[in-house]
Amino acid sequence: MKLTINGKEQDYTGEEDRPLLWYLREDLKMTGTKFGCGVAACGACTVLVDGAPMRACITPAASLQGKAITTIEGLDTPAGKAVQQAWTELDVVQCGWCQSGQMLAAAALLTEKPKPTEQEITDGMNSNICRCATYHRIRGAVARASEIMG
Amino acid sequence: MADTATFSPSRRFVIAALGIGTAGFVVGCNTGTTAPTGPITLTSLGDYVRVGSDNTITVYLRHIEFGQGVSTGLTTIVAEEIDADWSQMRFEHSPADNAKYGNPAFGGMMGTGGSTAIFSSWQQLRAAGASAREMLRQAAAKKFGVDASDVLLVKGKAEGGGKSATYGELAAEAATITPPAVESLQYKDASAYEFIGKDRDPATFFGRLDTPDKVQAKAMYALDYQPEGVLTAVIARSPKFGGKVGSVDDAAAKAIAGVTDVVQISNGVAVVATNFWAAKKGRDALKITWDDSAAETRSTDAMIADYKKVLAKPGLEARKEGTGAAGLRGAGEVITADFEFPYLVHAPMEPLNCVIDYKPGESAVIHSGSQMPTGDQGAACAVLGLTPDKVTITTMLAGGSFGRRATPDADLVSEAAQIAKAINGRAPVKLMWTREDDIRSGKYRPMAVHRMTARINNGAIEAWGDRTAIQSIMEGTPFLPPGTPDFSSIEGSNDIAYDIPNISVDVHLVKNPVSVLWWRSVGHTHTAYAKEHFFDVAARKAGKDPVELRRTLLAKHPRQLAVLNLAVEKAGPLPAGKTRGVAVHHSFSSYVAEVADVTINADGTFHVDRVVCAVDCGIAINPDIVRSQMEGGIGYGLSAILGEALTLTDGAPVQNNLYDYNVLRMNQMPKVEVHIVPSTEPPTGVGEPGVPPIGPAVANALLAATGKTYAKLPLGAKA
Ligand code: FES
Ligand code: FES
Repeated sequence: MKLTINGKEQDYTGEEDRPLLWYLREDLKMTGTKFGCGVAACGACTVLVDGAPMRACITPAASLQGKAITTIEGLDTPAGKAVQQAWTELDVVQCGWCQSGQMLAAAALLTEKPKPTEQEITDGMNSNICRCATYHRIRGAVARASEIMG
Repeated sequence: MADTATFSPSRRFVIAALGIGTAGFVVGCNTGTTAPTGPITLTSLGDYVRVGSDNTITVYLRHIEFGQGVSTGLTTIVAEEIDADWSQMRFEHSPADNAKYGNPAFGGMMGTGGSTAIFSSWQQLRAAGASAREMLRQAAAKKFGVDASDVLLVKGKAEGGGKSATYGELAAEAATITPPAVESLQYKDASAYEFIGKDRDPATFFGRLDTPDKVQAKAMYALDYQPEGVLTAVIARSPKFGGKVGSVDDAAAKAIAGVTDVVQISNGVAVVATNFWAAKKGRDALKITWDDSAAETRSTDAMIADYKKVLAKPGLEARKEGTGAAGLRGAGEVITADFEFPYLVHAPMEPLNCVIDYKPGESAVIHSGSQMPTGDQGAACAVLGLTPDKVTITTMLAGGSFGRRATPDADLVSEAAQIAKAINGRAPVKLMWTREDDIRSGKYRPMAVHRMTARINNGAIEAWGDRTAIQSIMEGTPFLPPGTPDFSSIEGSNDIAYDIPNISVDVHLVKNPVSVLWWRSVGHTHTAYAKEHFFDVAARKAGKDPVELRRTLLAKHPRQLAVLNLAVEKAGPLPAGKTRGVAVHHSFSSYVAEVADVTINADGTFHVDRVVCAVDCGIAINPDIVRSQMEGGIGYGLSAILGEALTLTDGAPVQNNLYDYNVLRMNQMPKVEVHIVPSTEPPTGVGEPGVPPIGPAVANALLAATGKTYAKLPLGAKA
């Protein structure tokens, strides 16, 4: 079956129930998408499916035929680039493990709402855990990315 | 800047350990170094500095980068003394080698923790940078045909006699020069610093060195490392602490496509497969009967009740002022409260893992994000029967740790080595812990009860008692002489700075089969809460304003007093409708005060809106990393006091994963402002000291509004 990942077609031949996360990480060696909980509780594995954030750890790869999957490795939308620039300017990262997921969630939020309020940023980002608690800077960086986007 | 995560033989512990002349917990072993490869030539100028033919300067980190910023902090010290341009700077983890890269704060064993990285490296890396600079200067003098004193070094280049050369061009020659004697080294005056103490500036200093790779998801962690043909292993461990494997029926597991091996190891049954999903399914299909004859059977409630029984009697004395416990009897009013602290899980965001490539009788190469690489090497040697020179440890970035990756028993590596041995090194093995394994398999911040007592008389606290029952982190290691209190259980209690005439601090070390470990800020996670919250309770009982009383009783502790005053001043007036609490604490040689502004809603729920933090960590090498460590420390500490608890029923953990072990999310994160006390004192750690004051600051804010004592943690949703 064909999957479209970052604009490239991939031929998926694995098991029906195997989550996309492991196909990305183990088979395609795209390790930017991270494992944090495996049960859709942390957001570390966030990818975009047709632009919307989705948990790769519980979504079988085989269920995504015909959809456009974007991972951190292919995040080159205007919102994605602004997010990466803002994350760099503010030195948001600490350990960094959650940050691919955070940046994808932020890019999805900003694509939908280019000028989010503080409350909308919190609501949009609340399902992504950062155990290093970089939340204070993530908030600032989402606002900064919105500014960069103009 | 110093370490976020914790290990804990802190300085005084190691000094004590050296004093009694014992061996370390795990006998580390030394290897040679891995040679750099690739087309760029790297020239070593000392053990820590390598200059590349491409004019890069790579600093070897003997501490692991797991978010706390050592890759920038340690590199900054070298960049300053070597007179580099920031764009030249790179970092790399050093090889496992105690002789070269041991941490003096850990008695010479390699280790990251106790917020010691900057503290223990400051003088050493200044010397490394200054020494390399002088070697480059001599090389330039030779090349230019001028006197060394006529060579000007600036931004990674040497100039003199109308000529110039980059450090990269001078490196090979510089390496032939005898390093100058350490005593002869001259250090830059602080007024000339270009990087130390400076914030990001697009023209000179570009901030964290690990940011670009982490933002572009190019950073490599151990879990991302996948050698050709690697097999993945997960382990079924006893559901109860202290349980053992009885019998195993692995037929169904072996029938899962992709499962290659099922092997029994010391602490469970490992399922090995061609990928993670198959390994996990295989584990789910195992039928294991556990032998629970030596297992814990109690609930945590029953254990707390047992702890409280023990508290009726005096424990090991840890501090006595005046008449000690006798001072708690006498004129005035005696108040007391039992403070209960649950087990806490570190839950670093990258689940625990390591990768081992074992060639029987020949070698083992281990990729891991470990805080104690030579300890891991020793464990692998012991399991595999190899000599240290045959075991290579490659330290990778780690996705957080908070103390969890500093294990005296080298749990990950010894599990992985046992599995590799059981399959006879047929393929490299990646051992993975699922999040459930992480939450349910122990090495927790110990559960504790502090029995706090104070005698109040004539508007003063005349006596202070702090008696703790806690499971020891250190007991059973050769570092703790029998009959001495485990300092990691009492740090922050026994050094209470308040000038109270009678003080008694004692501790009972309780035994049970649940495994415990240092958790970001170790003993201070509970001692600071008990001390600082009970102080407010006692001050209010005495009719005193808690901040004013702190000022009076900290007169002999100027650094604590200064952070207290700075935080209170910067917090400004309390906004209408909010309540405020303040706490101050000294840990890991740094001083931190935090002011928490809290809103209590009509339904009793509360929200921490803003935290103002003041920190004195000596010279702030990278102020922005100091700020980020305070922000993160406040979030990590707040997470625990609001919602974290690992509880047991019938000896088995109740919580499973991040849906029922509640860690902080963005909606709970306050706004944080950090103020750094200007200082010329040597730099001290910032990874842990931001954690301890937040809990009591919040509890004190709630107390101010409700008059209640918040003695049972976590606080939960309501005031
Ligand atoms: S790993 Fe998918 S949500 Fe946590
Ligand atoms: S940066 Fe470490 S978990 Fe977010």
